[in-house]
Amino acid sequence: MKQLLILSGKGGTGKTTIASAFIKLSDAKAYADCDVDAPNLHLITDQEVVPERSDYYALPKAVIDPNLCINCDLCRQSCRFDAIYVDQVYKVDSFACEGCAVCELVCPSDAITMEPTVAGELALYKNQGKVFSTAHLKMGEGTSGLLVTEVKKQMAAEVKDVEMAIIDGSPGIGCPVIASLSGVDMVLVVAEPSISGISDMERIVKTASRFGTKTAICVNKYDTNLENTRKIEEYCKEKGLALVGKIPFDPEAVKAINSGNTIVDVDCPSGRAAAEVYEKTVKILLDEDRELVL
Amino acid sequence: MKIAMPVGKKDIATNVGTSFGRSPYFLVYDTETKESEFIENNAAMSSGGAGVKAAQTVIDSDAAVLLTPQCGENAANTLKSANIEIYKTTSKSIMESIDAYIAGELQTLDEIHDGFHDHGGH
Amino acid sequence: MKIAVLSGKGGTGKTLVSVNLAAAAKNSTYIDCDVEEPNGHLFFKPTDVVEEDVTVKIPEVDNELCNGCKKCVEFCRFNALAYTRDKLIVFDDICHSCGGCMMVCPVDALTEIDKSIGKVQMGKSEGVHVYTGILNPGQPSGIPIIQRLLEEGKSAEEDVILIDSPPGSACTVMETIKDTDYCILVAEPTVFGVHNLNMVYELVKLFNKPFGVVLNKSLEGENPAEQFCIERNINILGKIPFDNHLGTLNSNAEIAVRKSEKYKELFTTLLDTVKKEVHHETTINP
Repeated sequence: MKQLLILSGKGGTGKTTIASAFIKLSDAKAYADCDVDAPNLHLITDQEVVPERSDYYALPKAVIDPNLCINCDLCRQSCRFDAIYVDQVYKVDSFACEGCAVCELVCPSDAITMEPTVAGELALYKNQGKVFSTAHLKMGEGTSGLLVTEVKKQMAAEVKDVEMAIIDGSPGIGCPVIASLSGVDMVLVVAEPSISGISDMERIVKTASRFGTKTAICVNKYDTNLENTRKIEEYCKEKGLALVGKIPFDPEAVKAINSGNTIVDVDCPSGRAAAEVYEKTVKILLDEDRELVL
Repeated sequence: MKIAMPVGKKDIATNVGTSFGRSPYFLVYDTETKESEFIENNAAMSSGGAGVKAAQTVIDSDAAVLLTPQCGENAANTLKSANIEIYKTTSKSIMESIDAYIAGELQTLDEIHDGFHDHGGH
Repeated sequence: MKIAVLSGKGGTGKTLVSVNLAAAAKNSTYIDCDVEEPNGHLFFKPTDVVEEDVTVKIPEVDNELCNGCKKCVEFCRFNALAYTRDKLIVFDDICHSCGGCMMVCPVDALTEIDKSIGKVQMGKSEGVHVYTGILNPGQPSGIPIIQRLLEEGKSAEEDVILIDSPPGSACTVMETIKDTDYCILVAEPTVFGVHNLNMVYELVKLFNKPFGVVLNKSLEGENPAEQFCIERNINILGKIPFDNHLGTLNSNAEIAVRKSEKYKELFTTLLDTVKKEVHHETTINP
């Protein structure tokens, strides 16, 4: 199975819009949403079945038993994260608690224990041979890299005989993105023709190259800034990266998405351009001889 | 001497694992007795610092060499501090990799990546 | 008055709104708490920049005293310590500075030293005091930098303080809005936009912060984000229409208020609306 990951750097470039179009065009049997902080893919892919849900646990957090607590205040003084406060009894602010266990260590009356805490939820949709894996991180939590890994593992564990899997990646350039990169065969970077968009595109390309992943770039909403689009084209030429297409800004796209359709379900300029990007991307993905050239 | 490798299953016939830090198990192969031991990698479910913990596990197993397709920088630094050499596997087969190492055909792993940095907590 | 600008996802227009509101106010403070990807300074291009390091405490081992008991390695929940045959290694980037390892060491072999995780920069751009926080790549947490920024911001004399928050609803966002007076939620008119607006809506409700919504990239026709607000009686502070000209200015890192009369008017009106809301809130909830 070949895995295609779609990344963008900054948010709002159109990653999920394009990923959903690809899923439609390829009639993908396996796809995943790795944007665990703000998953969106399930909103435009028809999910008729009820998913299998499982809890995701991150670091255990401190819990104080008021019956054992002797109000000595040692825990609050030792907590470097201001996570312990007094509200009639001593309590832990689970949003601030980092799970370091120092309070458990210092408590003289064994009133503090580290309890597993649900930090998010995984969902696996299985319907007539198609598998969709997604997850949501609870508000205020960190560790999204590990949850991203779980989303991919969940998908991989279910698939049999699938040629291609499409993964909607997380925005940004941090650890969740790096976790999404692990083990994929190709990255398609959706670049936005803006100063910050270009800067993020460059960082992702650099990161992907360290893992030796095939990389291609497409420019979305290219006509909003032709000068910056040109800069991206030059960058691709300079680095020997495949520029697989340019998609215009298209109000029809917004209408389609808002009606729960992908941009290739309706006839519109962005949909047509996305279909071309898809053809070129898949060709590179499935071509065994094509090496990453940087 | 003992050789360590990341593996997905407790089975000598399985493929070499694709990543080190969160590999479910490590194979520890003794070149003299030709015996294989599979140890669990507790780092696999760590929120963060998986590479460090995985490396600590390998160090504690008394392996002198690690064969792996790739390795993150925290793991690599820990292993190197313990004078464990890291070589890059070129085959998916465990036995082929071990044989290649013994025959002196493998290169040391020089391209250490930034690591997947799954940060625990915030 | 401290006003934080939030959105559920990136690319919605947080920086557009916070930068332009700060510029419209003429004398104001702008604090960029998106320390992983600060963008505000690209627009303001501040001058007379003063920079300060932000540090956290990291353990340092005296290998002469260390007896290899590994109690610290076993204690550390973040796997930031490893013991290799004869010495202890500390992994700075994973360490959360909790101080626990020092406490468990039976031979006092561990002490703490300061390590820089990033910096804060303070500069000026016309009448705006610009505070930028920059987290060094690879560092696990931007929270110490956000805390420092907000501390620096406290000394600001300007009446209006705009805080550009990180996207999402993670712990960094929570830290950012802890002490604000009012939150502006920026939303885009798509089903994705609504889904993500809901996330920050839940967050501001949890923290009991007065808030209002700005609808960005407004187009003709149905706006699901607007529907969302109407259904829940959420105050819509204003609409910024989707406009190629604005998009171009933004993608070239130009401040719309300073380049266009039309946008100067739009953001000045928006700022007045927000100020009224904040005063209204402080009157009914002193």
